[in-house]
Amino acid sequence: MSDDSQELSITVPNMGLVVLIGVSGSGKSTFARTHFKPTEVLSSDFCRGLVADDENDQSATPDAFDVLHYIVGTRLRRGLLTVVDATNVQRAARASLVGLAKSHDVLVDAIVLDVPESVAVERTTARPDRDFGRHVIARQHRDLRRSLGKLKKEGFRRVHVLDDTDQVDAAQIVRERPWNDRTDVHGPFDIVGDIHGCASELRTLLTRLGWTIRLDDTGAAVGASHPEGRQAVFVGDLVDRGPDTAGVLRLVMGMVASGDALCVSGNHEAKLLRALRGSKVTVSHGLAESLAQLEQEPEDFRARTLSFLGGLISHYVLDEGKLVVAHAGLKEAYHGRSSGRVRAFALYGDTTGETDEFGLPVRYPWAQEYRGRAMVVYGHTPVPEAEWVNNTICLDTGVVFGGSLTALRYPERQIVSVPAEQQWYEPVRPLAPAAGDREPTALRIGDVDGTRWLETVHAGKIKIPAENAAAALEVMSRFAVDPRWLIYLPPTMSPVSTSTSEEFLEHPEQAFEEYARWGVTRVVCEEKHMGSRAIAVMAQDAQVAERRFGVSDGTTGALYTRTGRPFFADTTELLERLRLSAAPLFESLNTDWLALDCELLPWSAKALDLIKTQYASVGAAATHALPEALDVLEQAGARGLDVEALTQRSERRLANATRFREAYTAYVRPTQGLDGVTLAPFQILAAEGRALATTEPHDWHLAELAKLSSDLITPTRHQFVDLASIQERGEATRWWNDLTAGGGEGMVVKPAHLTDASVQPGIKVRGREYLRIIYGPDYTDSLSLLRDRNLGKKRQLARREHGLGLEALTAFVERAPLWKVHQAVFSVLALESEPVDPRL
Amino acid sequence: MNDRPYAASSLLAVALAKVFSTARSGRGGSRQELADRPIPLEVTIPVLPCRGGPPIAHRLFEPLGWTVEALPIPLDEGFPEWGSSRYVRLRLTGEVRLAEMLNHLHVLLPVLDESKHYWQGPDEVDKLMRSGAGWLPNHPEKELIARRYLGRAGALKRVALARLAELGDDDVEMVDPVEDEEVRLPEQNRLPLNAQRYAAVIQVLIETGAHSVIDLGCGSGQFLDRLVKSGAFTRVAGSDVSARSLQYAAGRLRLEQMNERQADRIHLFHGALTYEDDRFAGFDAAVLMEVIEHVDPSRLEAVERVVWGAARPGLVVVTTPNSEYNVLYEGLVGMRHPDHRFEWTRSEFAEWSEHVATAYGYTVQRRGVGEVDQTLGAPTQMAVFTRQEGRDE
Repeated sequence: MSDDSQELSITVPNMGLVVLIGVSGSGKSTFARTHFKPTEVLSSDFCRGLVADDENDQSATPDAFDVLHYIVGTRLRRGLLTVVDATNVQRAARASLVGLAKSHDVLVDAIVLDVPESVAVERTTARPDRDFGRHVIARQHRDLRRSLGKLKKEGFRRVHVLDDTDQVDAAQIVRERPWNDRTDVHGPFDIVGDIHGCASELRTLLTRLGWTIRLDDTGAAVGASHPEGRQAVFVGDLVDRGPDTAGVLRLVMGMVASGDALCVSGNHEAKLLRALRGSKVTVSHGLAESLAQLEQEPEDFRARTLSFLGGLISHYVLDEGKLVVAHAGLKEAYHGRSSGRVRAFALYGDTTGETDEFGLPVRYPWAQEYRGRAMVVYGHTPVPEAEWVNNTICLDTGVVFGGSLTALRYPERQIVSVPAEQQWYEPVRPLAPAAGDREPTALRIGDVDGTRWLETVHAGKIKIPAENAAAALEVMSRFAVDPRWLIYLPPTMSPVSTSTSEEFLEHPEQAFEEYARWGVTRVVCEEKHMGSRAIAVMAQDAQVAERRFGVSDGTTGALYTRTGRPFFADTTELLERLRLSAAPLFESLNTDWLALDCELLPWSAKALDLIKTQYASVGAAATHALPEALDVLEQAGARGLDVEALTQRSERRLANATRFREAYTAYVRPTQGLDGVTLAPFQILAAEGRALATTEPHDWHLAELAKLSSDLITPTRHQFVDLASIQERGEATRWWNDLTAGGGEGMVVKPAHLTDASVQPGIKVRGREYLRIIYGPDYTDSLSLLRDRNLGKKRQLARREHGLGLEALTAFVERAPLWKVHQAVFSVLALESEPVDPRL
Repeated sequence: MNDRPYAASSLLAVALAKVFSTARSGRGGSRQELADRPIPLEVTIPVLPCRGGPPIAHRLFEPLGWTVEALPIPLDEGFPEWGSSRYVRLRLTGEVRLAEMLNHLHVLLPVLDESKHYWQGPDEVDKLMRSGAGWLPNHPEKELIARRYLGRAGALKRVALARLAELGDDDVEMVDPVEDEEVRLPEQNRLPLNAQRYAAVIQVLIETGAHSVIDLGCGSGQFLDRLVKSGAFTRVAGSDVSARSLQYAAGRLRLEQMNERQADRIHLFHGALTYEDDRFAGFDAAVLMEVIEHVDPSRLEAVERVVWGAARPGLVVVTTPNSEYNVLYEGLVGMRHPDHRFEWTRSEFAEWSEHVATAYGYTVQRRGVGEVDQTLGAPTQMAVFTRQEGRDE
């Protein structure tokens, strides 16, 4: 029977399983259709149809249920409410569904449609497609009657029985979210670690965090509120061991009651609750102190405590799912779920069942493998200092053992601690991080392989196809620098839209027009150095390298190419010189590490082989073939053949070939080892605490970089252009003409102010002569053909790779786990393997 | 952008054949007697791509009755230190039938260039036979000509990976999969050493009673093939970082033709040793044959953690070159393979393997593979790591 037969509103979990129970013809399908979305309902008839093309083919029933269970399981794993529409009158059928719900850690309710047998028979016989007789329904009815009384014991959380057709018609479904779902609460939060009866330290900590503590007539702290409306979240283990468990409870209960705080249960609360309820428990681990202290309190306080402890749940999912608080942490698959094992994990951690030499349970280091989106904040295991592990953090810094009481300010990610006033309790084992408990620097294949969708702040959701990831895996693992240094890879850059003028394929005017059209008012034109793109990541010294980058082999930085490969066999000396040159930046940015985006010059320093095999070869072939062709043409002409047009063409080609040679020669400078190599930094990617590439406009970057002066640094010349000013546009175009006439590659035009993600981060305008080494010596003769070039794909990649690069930098700056930084960097490389016209 | 508009290549060879098709077939119309006899001819090719330089041009044309002048063309007169380009200026003089001259050029231009602009179909051999009729069968260099003319028919087309190379950052050679070990060793040393290494590792695996084996860095599956065929192993897996190598391996093992029972025994997958991977775990033994020396020293720590720390097989067999032995290879300059990041002496290998064994709870034994030199040791060194019981399971 239902809890109350008059109550027609039926409450079901909004994430979980609803099992309909009723004989054929009891109206289950109609009921399901009325109250649930079509995709939420899965019927055995439908599945029979899927596997047999006939909804009534009973021989297909086992296969049909296999399919049904698979789909139900998948939906439950994905956190969707699912309704099973099958007779479910037999215990075995229900047991497998209950088992399925439990294995996905969701609640399961039953709704029984207990209509009179006669109604069911009447409906069934009215259907032409149902050929089974009255006896089948009678048997189902008997099965149902036998089951009714036992349903609750079978593991259903609630059993709703609708015992006549009126009730079936009148029923209303109410969807209820799980108790742990507080995604609508957004904080900001002050999350407090294990307190263990240290009431005085708690008051000090709250005061330090800016809370105002409310006192009662006797001077006891009975509540607190924050002037900025912050909320406290307690990770549990308020009680036991310490000097004033009652004081802690009084304050926390007051804060929870007034809505100023949330609190999850710790294992100590769970045990204290059992003890207070009179269960037999072993009085150890400081429980005795709590019981003794509570004994001193008035009866009504003990009663309030009992009800408070009884109401504590094991974890909360907060702030749109971005934050999870559980006493002993929680793996991602359990977030927002409800089951015995979820509760056990949240209270006791991922225990292996073994105990260590101190008799304490051995825990599995779940946080090391954690890859979830939500930040997980927890306590339970005392550690000397709160440390981030894969976006999880343990706040139990052992105040009762003489350590400190720690809080985390969310979303600021700021740690606030107050020291213990004394050691209140002898620790069972010394406070030391268990070996291997630190953030792992080894990455997992699942972090990068396969098709993946990455959510980025700067470029939205980006798909990385599996085949691109596979190509990147090889390049990354065979050639790239240590991933701990690889905190950024530069994006590809699109050329300007094609010029319409006679002479040019690319011209500044199009860049100005495009940016103006995108709503940019001011741009900066930066000289495009013809060299090799270089990313420099430098720590101030080996200690910083170890502390900030986790690199302990003595290296202090990396200088790598756009595909992450190291420049030269040994870049130590070059980095050392760059670090010295960049000293003013270390100082002005108050940082102990720095990442710079640069061009390494000359081009020949890195690309001499390419220049020789690709460009010089073509030059040699052209400049030796064409003069001989002209000789032959001259002889032919002398014999009276009309070869005038061909002669002119060949002369033009020879002139083009000569210009082609001059074009690449301009980027060749002799270098001896590192002598003659310079770096031209044009953006400061990041420094401690600041992802400068995302926060500062280019004029800031160029002004800061202008402070550097040494033999190593080649400055980046630049001009600002107000796009509304015809005059400034004209000046910049003249500047570009001068640059490129002198052998320069061209310029990059970038918005001078911060823009939204739809705007290209930069576009290049390459010089007329430089383009000969891209499009071939004679490209100027076929401009009309070349104008028909499609920039769409290149620009899409440019935006995505730019967004991914910024994602990586931001993640590193925010001390996100290595895998997260690496995933974004890896994705840049993966996208780079996408085929696009290499001349763009 | 390439040299084809300027250099004499297969494009020119095909154009010659087309424009002078009648002459090439030896028909002379009303002047047939002229077509039938050798006449004094002079051929000048201002820019001819010539792999192997002027000597090859002499070797190919002189046996055909030509007087050959092949002058190397400098890469760039502005940079004399860059030396010669791959082009020569070729001048041929001699008394040769016109049709033969055209056939000589038609065949030998792409042979000298060692490249063709078109996709070679199965009829390419027939084409060579037709154009070479009458002169190729007696040519002393006919094998060289045939090999170069037909090209590397097995070469796979460029894949996504090669596009990364086009960024100008990598050259294609370097991103090609590491197909063969120790390519810089002379064949007469390389082949027996490979075989000895396979045999030595299989022997270790059998001695220790391993039933399941994973070949980490299996390349194109040469060793996997032996593991599968040996019958001593119930489960064999191979992993490599190169997707192309795995394709070769799948072909070598004929994975597609295997029945279910055979296919259950063997598993190939794409992975990298610097990323922890559950698929590496669950084998009695793991083999890293000639693999570690392809890993940058700074990344070895990650490999150690992935293999010995996370996968933790009962047995790990590592082989790597013994750099001391290199002096015995005549003509070897530098390391045995262009992709080797290091080659260790015996003491360096000993130090590293002891360190890994201690750090991860293994014991280690080392031995040499191949012909032993009294003072320099064996060409290949092998370390056999055995997991200490009681630490796991």
